[in-house]
Amino acid sequence: MDFWGMIYDLCIGFGVTLKLFALTLVFSIPLGFILAFMSMSKIKPISLITKLFIWVIRGTPLLLQCLIVTFVPSMLFGIPNKDFKEFLGLETMADLQFMFVLFAFVVNYACYFSVIIEGGIKNISVGQHEAGKVLGMTKWQIFRHVVLMQVVRKITAPMSNEIITLVKDTALARALSVIEIIAVAFEKVNKYAVLSPLLYSCLFYLAFSGLLTLVFYYVEKKLSYYSV
Amino acid sequence: MNMLEVKNITKSFGQQEVLKGVSFSLKQGEVLVIIGSSGSGKTTLLRCLNFLETPNGGSIYVNGEEVFSADSGKKLSDAQLRDRRLHFGLVFQSFNLFPQHDVLKNVTLAPTLYRTTELKKKKASKSEIKAAKAEIIEQGETLVDMVGLSEKLHEHPCRLSGGQQQRVAIARALALNPDILCFDEPTSALDPELTGEVLRVIRSLKDQGRTMVVVTHEMEFARGVADHVIYMADGIIEEEGTPEEVFGNPKSEKTKLFLAAGFNK
Repeated sequence: MDFWGMIYDLCIGFGVTLKLFALTLVFSIPLGFILAFMSMSKIKPISLITKLFIWVIRGTPLLLQCLIVTFVPSMLFGIPNKDFKEFLGLETMADLQFMFVLFAFVVNYACYFSVIIEGGIKNISVGQHEAGKVLGMTKWQIFRHVVLMQVVRKITAPMSNEIITLVKDTALARALSVIEIIAVAFEKVNKYAVLSPLLYSCLFYLAFSGLLTLVFYYVEKKLSYYSV
Repeated sequence: MNMLEVKNITKSFGQQEVLKGVSFSLKQGEVLVIIGSSGSGKTTLLRCLNFLETPNGGSIYVNGEEVFSADSGKKLSDAQLRDRRLHFGLVFQSFNLFPQHDVLKNVTLAPTLYRTTELKKKKASKSEIKAAKAEIIEQGETLVDMVGLSEKLHEHPCRLSGGQQQRVAIARALALNPDILCFDEPTSALDPELTGEVLRVIRSLKDQGRTMVVVTHEMEFARGVADHVIYMADGIIEEEGTPEEVFGNPKSEKTKLFLAAGFNK
């Protein structure tokens, strides 16, 4: 087995891992805010349905959610996945599989994020809202200019936990034949009957979560100029 | 003409009647001090004036204009509510400064948002908006200077003492130039040695002719600054009059007891 060849292949696999990680974050954080607002909605049915949805998503394995998503187009809308691929304008079935996984990840993580965000928003004292109100600010202005940054400050630590978990959860994508780093490593393990590719892939995860830890450390430090 | 006219305000929370019909009026430049024990409804009354609570009954007039009436039955839109609210400013007991913004931004945030929204509605040019912002910052600096904190312009609230924070809160409430400035026990959250600086600022505002409604437990201060004193008990005005009348020669037994307890402390 050529060592540098293996490392190169692992790098390619980790590229897929990072792509899934980054896209999940980009979509699930805004969706998490939306779910948090829906869950706090004064309109009872909206809040109830949202809470039920979050319960189901948090209460079932992400692996199964990934699998179930692949059946949604055919079973719910009668569209075979082949046509669905065309519909989305994707080139290969592998692209479609990636989209399915991404969708499941986004929804799953949005639910976890929404609970953290909701906790953060509820934690802001009533006085902050009232101060904004008596100064004639609109609800949106109060959220945008008064509440938001205080929420960000409060949720940085719990969010960092989830985000680091996400790095490693991406390994589940292998179940839908997305060739991320663990899939690449197993391919080597089977081909050459050695375990080292798996250990090397661990180092990739370790290095990346180390980098994230530093980023969060920096963010927390940046935000520590005020106490909430 | 009375600047503020409050007529027969009532407010209940569930079964509990907190305000049982409170009426008073205030002329421009006058300072009204409201005293009374905890739970007498003073704070609720202030919160009703600032539309943080909706009264169940009664009406409120500012400069002869009806800003609230329970009888009209119409629920105000958010925008109407905001406009009417701006007749009043409120300084909270617990300051409620915005922790992530520095002193100047705390003072200028609301007026900046208000003015830029208005200008954008009028399709004002970018340079006009920029000029307006600069003007607000200048006014903000003047206000911060007035409360004696020009050296702290770019500090964050967590680096200030309670008294300094409350002075910033006063500057912030003044930034939108309200007709009537309300204080909800402005010194109750402060260490005794810090109350003086806040009370001095309030006194200087009186000298500038500000119309104010002050809820306070500081009896000496109340006596000195008030043009009119209201003693509230159990949701009604138990006694009112000039400071000399209420403090010097109270008629009601309840007032006498309250004042005796207050001054003995």
